Amino acid sequence: MSTQTPDTDETDPQAERMARKEERAAEREEASSTPDVGEDAITLKVFRYDPEVAEKQEPRFDTFHVPREPGITVLDALIYARDTYDSSLTFRHSCRQAVCGSDALFINGSQRLGCQTQVADLSNSDTVRVEPLPHREVVKDLVVDMDHFYDQMDAVEPYFSPTEEPDGEQLQSRENREKIKMSTRCIWCGACMSSCNVAAGDNQYLGPAAINKAYRFYFDEREDDERQEERLKIIEQEHGVWRCQTQFSCTTVCPKDIPLTEHIQELKREAVKSNLKFW
Amino acid sequence: MSQSHNRGLVEDFGRWREFSAGMWAWVFHKFTGWVLIGYLFTHIAVLSSALSGDAAYTNTLQGLEQLAVVRVLEVGLLAVAVFHIFNGIRLLFIDLGVGLDLDTQEKSFYASLILTGIIVVASVPVFLEGL
Repeated sequence: MSTQTPDTDETDPQAERMARKEERAAEREEASSTPDVGEDAITLKVFRYDPEVAEKQEPRFDTFHVPREPGITVLDALIYARDTYDSSLTFRHSCRQAVCGSDALFINGSQRLGCQTQVADLSNSDTVRVEPLPHREVVKDLVVDMDHFYDQMDAVEPYFSPTEEPDGEQLQSRENREKIKMSTRCIWCGACMSSCNVAAGDNQYLGPAAINKAYRFYFDEREDDERQEERLKIIEQEHGVWRCQTQFSCTTVCPKDIPLTEHIQELKREAVKSNLKFW
Repeated sequence: MSQSHNRGLVEDFGRWREFSAGMWAWVFHKFTGWVLIGYLFTHIAVLSSALSGDAAYTNTLQGLEQLAVVRVLEVGLLAVAVFHIFNGIRLLFIDLGVGLDLDTQEKSFYASLILTGIIVVASVPVFLEGL
């Protein structure tokens, strides 16, 4: 305390801060009671469901009006709606920069990341319809149960595991890194799996994300042949790569632009090649 | 998690307006495939009239060709078969790893649609004339 300059004739800074805080709270209060959203406000239609609230047990859509700011994303609009109108509006989000993969939503009929999608870029930017990811059980509002997706991801053993412990540092060639580059970009958001019609009809299908993960390790030169063969066995099973019917839905929606269908097709060819080897 | 909600099929075919080219290619390929399987049975039924002799076979064919609805359906059959062939070739290339990127697979789908359209339109006079 001795290093602090002593208060002399000035007012108490703590009291000053509190006064400012109260002022801001009053401003917020006023803003929330009559939010001025402007004439060109965005109409946000949001799917609502809550098994614990009587009025929301039957799913419905709520409409919110959000002011149109330059560069506003769908996630920004949702946050505005939650903070301004209804604090019970529930959705997952974290990093806001398309890295964490938690805010994959069904926006205007397509799987997209809320944080990556600017309202102005949507074909219909007046009305934005936000729904939870299709083909997943809805837990509350926009939150879906991701357990099954994570189970499928785990099924392909998505970790580096050579049969024998390496002696020292294992270097990867530039070419090999380039080969698996796109496949490493997956953020586990689940948009691809949700867009896949085949995955919707077959619960055991590994799905695009898991197969892409398998691709990432299958083609990694630092794992030995024995391990590669084990990986191929997982991928080429009945509910593995052969379920893909090249609808290209996953590749169309992937927010990280991973060529998922290409990867699945390449693994199909690998499976055929390994089975055609008679020597 | 005590309770959750399954939204059912509304999310699938209810969003057909948002289908991508690849999805339409898949839908058309499945549909034309089933139509061709159905046609196979009628085809066998007509051919089997030859079991009762040459005259019966000729009569059956001529009788069918006299019906306008049959001639129109034949144009439809050609459209279905030609699309299935072209899209099948497209899928063969996709399986071989050619034209797999989003843009090319879209264009190859449109190309098979256009080729089908041209062939079908060109065949209309022949079919409507009958035997």
